[in-house]
Amino acid sequence: MVEFKLRNDPKATPRSGKASGATFEVILNAEPETRNPEPGTRNSELGTMRLLETQNLVTNFYTYEGVVNALNRVSLVVDHGTTFGLVGESGCGKSVFVLSIMRIVQSPGKIEDGKVLVFFNDDAGATGVDLLRQSEAYMQRIRGDRISMVFQEPNAALNPIMTIGDQVAESFLFHQQKELCKTVLAELDAPDCQIIRPLKTLQRAFYGMAAQHPDATALKLCDRVPVLRRWRRPMKRHALRRAVNIIGKLGIPNPEEVVSQYPHNLSGGMKQRIVIAIALACSPVLLIADEATSNLDVTIQAQILNLLKRLKQTEIASILLITHDLGVVAETCDRVGVMYAGNLCEVADVGDLFHHPRHPYTRALLEAVPRLAQEGELKSIEGSVPNLVDPPPGCRFHPRCPHAMELCRKRFPDQVEVGPNHTVSCYLYTDRPRPEA
Amino acid sequence: MQKLLELQQLKKHYPILGGIFRHQVASVKAVDGIDLDIFRGECLGLVGESGCGKTTTGKAIVRLHAPTAGQILYRPERGESGDAIDLAALRKNELKKKGVRGRLQMVFQDPTTSLNPRMLVKHIIAEPIREQKRLTSRELEDEVLNLLSLVGLTKDHMLRYPHEFSGGQRQRIAVARAIATHPEFLVLDEPTSALDVSVQAQILNLLKQLQDKLGLTYLFVTHHLLVVKYISQRLAVMYLGKIVEIAKTSDLFATPFHPYSYALLSGIPVPDIDHKPRRIVLTGDVPSPVTPPAACRFHTRCPFAIDVCRRVEPVLEAVRPGHRAACHRKFEVEKLVREKFGTR
Repeated sequence: MVEFKLRNDPKATPRSGKASGATFEVILNAEPETRNPEPGTRNSELGTMRLLETQNLVTNFYTYEGVVNALNRVSLVVDHGTTFGLVGESGCGKSVFVLSIMRIVQSPGKIEDGKVLVFFNDDAGATGVDLLRQSEAYMQRIRGDRISMVFQEPNAALNPIMTIGDQVAESFLFHQQKELCKTVLAELDAPDCQIIRPLKTLQRAFYGMAAQHPDATALKLCDRVPVLRRWRRPMKRHALRRAVNIIGKLGIPNPEEVVSQYPHNLSGGMKQRIVIAIALACSPVLLIADEATSNLDVTIQAQILNLLKRLKQTEIASILLITHDLGVVAETCDRVGVMYAGNLCEVADVGDLFHHPRHPYTRALLEAVPRLAQEGELKSIEGSVPNLVDPPPGCRFHPRCPHAMELCRKRFPDQVEVGPNHTVSCYLYTDRPRPEA
Repeated sequence: MQKLLELQQLKKHYPILGGIFRHQVASVKAVDGIDLDIFRGECLGLVGESGCGKTTTGKAIVRLHAPTAGQILYRPERGESGDAIDLAALRKNELKKKGVRGRLQMVFQDPTTSLNPRMLVKHIIAEPIREQKRLTSRELEDEVLNLLSLVGLTKDHMLRYPHEFSGGQRQRIAVARAIATHPEFLVLDEPTSALDVSVQAQILNLLKQLQDKLGLTYLFVTHHLLVVKYISQRLAVMYLGKIVEIAKTSDLFATPFHPYSYALLSGIPVPDIDHKPRRIVLTGDVPSPVTPPAACRFHTRCPFAIDVCRRVEPVLEAVRPGHRAACHRKFEVEKLVREKFGTR
């Protein structure tokens, strides 16, 4: 039900551009695919292709208790073709980060500052598109089509009063209307078409118009008239056929039956597969999985993780996986970002991070997780996550950090490169020699 | 080792009412005949997927609900000449009269919902004591302070409400409440699943310390296998209201004998980059406990099910000392797994 909610509830998105005093670069009715007519000039001079880059992203929540600084200047790069894992404890801002990328931060929250740059294959130049400066119409076309999201709780993500088929087909109807119209036209032109003459002409007129201008006023007027409204039926049938196809691909037995069922007929694992199917419907460039497996049982979680791995090889380019489970990260991700209290502490390749964690928080976190070959006592991190209404000054980890210095209490450390593709925000690595890990 | 609790064919069926007169049309067989021994001073882990009856078992032992059938034999430390009390047969007022209530306690999953938001911490912890003993308010306060220091909280925390605490501290309060009546047995129902990783370690260490200090016996109900590996000495695996395997934790992790245990253990995402598991992915979901599959309950999902699994129900049998499994092909499983999925 991602699309449904987004489309009918434009208020769900804060108008961040206005909030920070900037103006919108409004591009109404501009297709995201054809915005830049020069493909081929990809940001190839960068070596690896960036897909998503956030620069100093700041998101605040204005609550009664005060301003919650949920994201504190988060800068992050996700490359094409990687699985990026974002880990952290609850309340550290992982979810707010992805909501900010999609610009669906709910009401008391506002994206205050920063940039969210996306580099799609057909968007030329090294500059990319700054999502925070795009129109809401542009965002609607991006969401679920180029960037899509799998939510944590499948029960809440699916609409209980719509059939599974309709919910998956909705994606196609919204994002691929032109292609659907063309398939219907092709079917009408086929020699074995059974529809009688005047009806056929009428349908051809409708679909010819819809293929050219999907938002035409005439079509909108027709949708208000009970009988004429039926012109969409062949298109819906086609969308449903595609839905059956994609549901079948995700390893659900008898998809033809499932499409006519409602969410309550399915089990938790099946529901999560449907949510993934909705996200994958328009073959997105980036799939954001927000705690996609944390509410599932171990055996079902294994099924979903296997599915994601398989899809990574065949269907989707990049995954941004939000999780609190370091085990899931170790198994599925290529790169990992560790967040703490709205800050990004450390970003590294997964092997590097698990073998040589640099940030004190990452080290403590890795030691606090029970292992398969656990010996001796678990090391816990003393204290608890700070309240973000009144976060500690400087580095937010310093009250719990064993290496805290005077400097840590004053100013937040910048990101420093400590190895190949390995950045850390910690004063231990700026000027002084680093201590033994 | 001395047995503290002995469950014999324990059953708990929840009725499903329907029809015009709201009569019973079916029942959810949450726990369907389990035998389990809990020894004094140990920590027994109880794992399984959601809906397999782990929590129901725990609640039945502390008699939060009455079991449908079966016996729960409890052998108190300083009881009347060591004879066992059948908890399942006792009525609620008898439970209190025999002093059993205070000896068996429970810590619940989510501390946010298990602590009354309108009571001060002081009163939350004092409530079970007041129920058991008559103390003056000063004695009571000393007792509460004592308990708070046991779980790592201080006097300052006494006059606050639960919402003023973080998740970890709330769970500490819930533990303090559970140990307030000096119990010898605690049911820990997923005590860390609502907590963060860094806080989870604190609570696990606290529970371990308390066990040593107070000589407690734990039944640790969880679905998180790495946590249970860390804290418990023995492990029982449940599937659809039955125990399918029970053994020492290290034995079970090394060589499981039931295919379900195999799948469960291989399904853990291990936070270790060099560990590349050969994963046994089960197909399908857990069947409904209203109409569980006949014979072996696992046969619908079992990759090695044969004809006999669909006809005869396997019994929990010893495969080696201290290790019991309920599977018809328990001695072949290791070979079968190796053939089908490769080595672990």
